[in-house]
Amino acid sequence: MTTTTERPGTGGAAPAPPEGTGTSDKARSEQRLGWMLAGPAFAIMLLVTAYPIAQAVYYSLFDYRLTDPANRSFAGLNNYLVVLTDEIWWISFGVTVFITVVTVAVELVLGFALALVMMNALKAIRPILRAAILIPYAVITVVSAFAWQYAFSLDSGFVNSWFSWLPGVTADTDWFGGTWSSLFVVCLAEIWKTTPFISLLLLAGLAQVPDVLQEAARVDGATWWQRMWKVTIPNMKAAIMVALLFRTLDAFRVFDTVFVMTGGANNTETVSFLAYRQTIDRLEIGLGSAVSVLLFLSVVVICVGFIKGFKVDLSQARGEK
Amino acid sequence: MSTRERVLWIVAGIAIVIYALFPVGWIVSLSLKSSADIANGQFLPTSVSWENYTQILVGDAAELFLPALRNSFGIVLIATFIACVLSMFAAYAIARLNFRGKRLILSTALAVAIFPVISIVTPLYNLWRQIGLYDTWPGLIIPYLSLTLPLSIWTMSAFFREIPWEMEQAAQVDGATSWQAFRKVIVPLATPGVFTTAILAFFIAWNDFAYGISLTSTGAARPVPAALGLFSGASQFESPNGPIAAAAVIVTIPVVVLVLIFQRRIVAGLTNGAVKG
Repeated sequence: MTTTTERPGTGGAAPAPPEGTGTSDKARSEQRLGWMLAGPAFAIMLLVTAYPIAQAVYYSLFDYRLTDPANRSFAGLNNYLVVLTDEIWWISFGVTVFITVVTVAVELVLGFALALVMMNALKAIRPILRAAILIPYAVITVVSAFAWQYAFSLDSGFVNSWFSWLPGVTADTDWFGGTWSSLFVVCLAEIWKTTPFISLLLLAGLAQVPDVLQEAARVDGATWWQRMWKVTIPNMKAAIMVALLFRTLDAFRVFDTVFVMTGGANNTETVSFLAYRQTIDRLEIGLGSAVSVLLFLSVVVICVGFIKGFKVDLSQARGEK
Repeated sequence: MSTRERVLWIVAGIAIVIYALFPVGWIVSLSLKSSADIANGQFLPTSVSWENYTQILVGDAAELFLPALRNSFGIVLIATFIACVLSMFAAYAIARLNFRGKRLILSTALAVAIFPVISIVTPLYNLWRQIGLYDTWPGLIIPYLSLTLPLSIWTMSAFFREIPWEMEQAAQVDGATSWQAFRKVIVPLATPGVFTTAILAFFIAWNDFAYGISLTSTGAARPVPAALGLFSGASQFESPNGPIAAAAVIVTIPVVVLVLIFQRRIVAGLTNGAVKG
């Protein structure tokens, strides 16, 4: 890749490259090579996302169902009107927001605790902890959803018999019979599966907090809590924000767990699930596309909100620095 | 560190291991329960039975599970390979060359990574049916690239940035040809990054459910997670819980093996791309 024309060590100062033509030729060829190498990956990323979303925006303006393709007709913003005035959309939006807020909040606290333990664990057991914590991350979401569902289910679970001493839990407590108890189990499964990711990001952030600051605070007589709140956390704010943003965006798209555990029963449908059901089950391409576009817009709003509101520095996330 | 503190951290460490392994242990335990034992209300089986495994590997459910397993391995490995090759070139350019558009490429990767998969599923479903990619391997490999490419590009760029590229020139000064310098010096330095990226990309594609369930309709291309999701609805056997648990254990084995062997690299790869300062 590198040209072999530059041969250092020929003795004496190398003549400065002539101004103008030489450097700009080099710059131009570098420019071309850069795009030749990175272009295919870039093009594929655009093709598999930008094109479909443009298509979704287009379809969302039509009254279009696959069972009756001949009667496709332009509907303007009517699909959006139908979706946004329907209770189903608002329920699924509320459920999605609920799952996102609960799981991300719990995961942040739990993930931070896990990161602290990994940070302070003895060298000898660190690899064991690291391997253990990667397991939930690597297990397929669907498998995790089944594991948690079966643990709570009436026909194969053990939770009811283990926790029958808790008020309200009996041998026939049907966790998937109501909205809130279903959502509780969904959140548990999501939290178990995704906390490791957040805790690894936080661990990397923790490792960046300079030891001298901790030492100085300790010498000054700061308690453990004071050091945590005044030294550690402010110094890893960037890492916390990036972890929060990634997890929030991820949580908002929740689909697999809900599909497996409840199938959207008892008002546990999320926005992703609604879009899926409209398109794949009901073949309402127009309405499904409108829901998809709204989901996409929600994610954009969350992302912009984080970047503007919390000043998340994404150049770090992009790995530019 | 005082003894009390030390004991405290060890207890916390044990708690983490239990936290991480408990649901996995449970699904393994469930998969070993016979159909009469499924409803015993206990964590452990009364007696170990291989009934569920025989059912999905050679019995009634084999025709659903085995093709799905083959599809999963084939599609995921091909998608991982393509993503790694493409992002290797891209990451090399990003790490080593100075060209306009570098930021654009990295930002696009970020935007694609946060894109809601379901928003892409609707239009793809329609498009794939029109052009004949619905329910085929390429019909899943292409969208899987949208899952794996962004992460691969970041992770690999982060790794490539840390390679001491001057060593290539140093080797040439010592008389190596540029090809030798590349092969003997740069390739060994770059391999760990490429390898780590491949593992992470594999995890992501292996985990996919939304594309798998929306863009396939038969055993021709349906991957395991989607097949698992549909097992529950089918009433071909009495209680699907046992066979599903057994299938879940089988698809979990590859990722657990990867985690156990490459844990250090996986952690480096996960944190390298996302938080760097």
